Amino acid sequence: MNKIKTTAFERLKWLIVAALIIIIYIWSINGIPFTGIQKSASSVSTAIFKGIIHPEWSYVYNGSGEDLVSQLVITLAIAFLGTIISAFLSVPLAFLAAQTTKNFFHPRSTIGKVILTAIRAFPEVVLAILFIKMVGPGSFAGVLAIGVHSVGMLGKLFSEAIEEMDRSAETAIIAAGGTKIQTFRIATLPTILPALMSYTLYRFEISVRSASILGLVGAGGIGTPMMFALQTRDWSKTGIILLGIVVMVIVIDTCSSAIRKRLG
Amino acid sequence: MKPEVPQQSFVSRFHVVGIAITLVILILMYYSAIITGVDVNAFFENADQFGVVLGQMKHPDWPYLTKITGTLAQTLQMAILGTTIGTIFALPFSFLAARNIVKNPVGRWLIRLILSLIRTLPTLLLAALFVAVFGIGPMTGVITLAFFSFGMIAKLFYDIIETIDMGPVRALRATGATMLQTIRVAIIPQIAGQFMSDFMYTLEINVRSSTVLGYLGAGGIGLYLQQTLDQFDYPRTAVIILAIFAVVLVIDAISNYVRKRLQ
Repeated sequence: MNKIKTTAFERLKWLIVAALIIIIYIWSINGIPFTGIQKSASSVSTAIFKGIIHPEWSYVYNGSGEDLVSQLVITLAIAFLGTIISAFLSVPLAFLAAQTTKNFFHPRSTIGKVILTAIRAFPEVVLAILFIKMVGPGSFAGVLAIGVHSVGMLGKLFSEAIEEMDRSAETAIIAAGGTKIQTFRIATLPTILPALMSYTLYRFEISVRSASILGLVGAGGIGTPMMFALQTRDWSKTGIILLGIVVMVIVIDTCSSAIRKRLG
Repeated sequence: MKPEVPQQSFVSRFHVVGIAITLVILILMYYSAIITGVDVNAFFENADQFGVVLGQMKHPDWPYLTKITGTLAQTLQMAILGTTIGTIFALPFSFLAARNIVKNPVGRWLIRLILSLIRTLPTLLLAALFVAVFGIGPMTGVITLAFFSFGMIAKLFYDIIETIDMGPVRALRATGATMLQTIRVAIIPQIAGQFMSDFMYTLEINVRSSTVLGYLGAGGIGLYLQQTLDQFDYPRTAVIILAIFAVVLVIDAISNYVRKRLQ
């Protein structure tokens, strides 16, 4: 039987890669000070766990507007409105960024892509803080933060959908003498609309998760009572809020993926 | 056969479904706007405020860069360690959750349920929780990222394991190999490349999220982000954001290169 021969060069290459990986790990482990774990860690985690098993049911709904259900509804409203705003903002940017011709140099598409990347560069939390400075703390700042941040990702997904779309319907309308607006209305839009709706729903799923953390910095939603419960060490309340978020996210994910399957 | 003009039903002729969906969305938008207290006036009155902030960010305080490089490196270290620890814990679970390895549906379902429960919680929320449990510091960041990576990697891995060719596995089983021997000889060579690729992808996500973890006290550059934002020191915030952006771009490029080489 012949043994597969490895050249000395190949073996050297593997050695170098292995050495590099080891160096990266040594560097990483040295960079993190192992401070040990707080003495209260186990008692706190059992307390949170107990809170999840014995939640403060009275907090679920009491009609005051500060309860779990109303806060979850606010969170959903933030995510929904933010996603709708970003869907509308994304469409023109996506058309700007889509590279529809095969030219090597493509200034329009490059400009669009740079704008979208720049928007993605701002972490959501930073945007939320900037908007809080602008419109004051509360849900509206959260809506604006999600609305602007989502444009980065939605615009990218939309522009990819536009790049990959089937152009035969467009060609047919142009051949029949349709104007640019007619082509867009009758051919382009109906062709890509299902993809755009599917991506928007997908983004809504992500926005629900984001909206539940924006409250940690003061931009409304379930994060605000969560932060308050953590700071006052009210573990049973923390437990019920965590449970509420998990249930909300699972319900939204299930509904949304069912609708996305129907959209195809 | 009589030629017939195609007939449209009432529902499709007047776009009943489309109009109904549009109406529902509009009503939802209206109530969402009321609930979240949308104030268009406040937005346009203070629009210049946002311009002022962006204007200050136009002149980044570059010397500040030397102060943050250490923390920026720590952010990367947190992401690398967190992803690795999460992956080590995820490996056995991904085999237990794969349909073609474990035939017991109840155990598989239970493991998958736990994994999907972990994945529902956003990283920053986990960070807030773990800061309360484990205290402030980069250790907490590593634990948070490891926890998140565990849920994500286990899911990505069992999806890969389910797609493997079972031929070699059956051949080894027939010769009387043990479970561990089968995994080592018949399964791992088939999936190693995909595993590495998904590991790099998770690392990319973790580098992104590790940059804001410090905001809640879980170590890394996020702490400086919070300080400069609280002090309205936007030229410095701009440096931090640009530095984060550069690191994310570099990591994405490296990861994309490695993933392409693996395929």
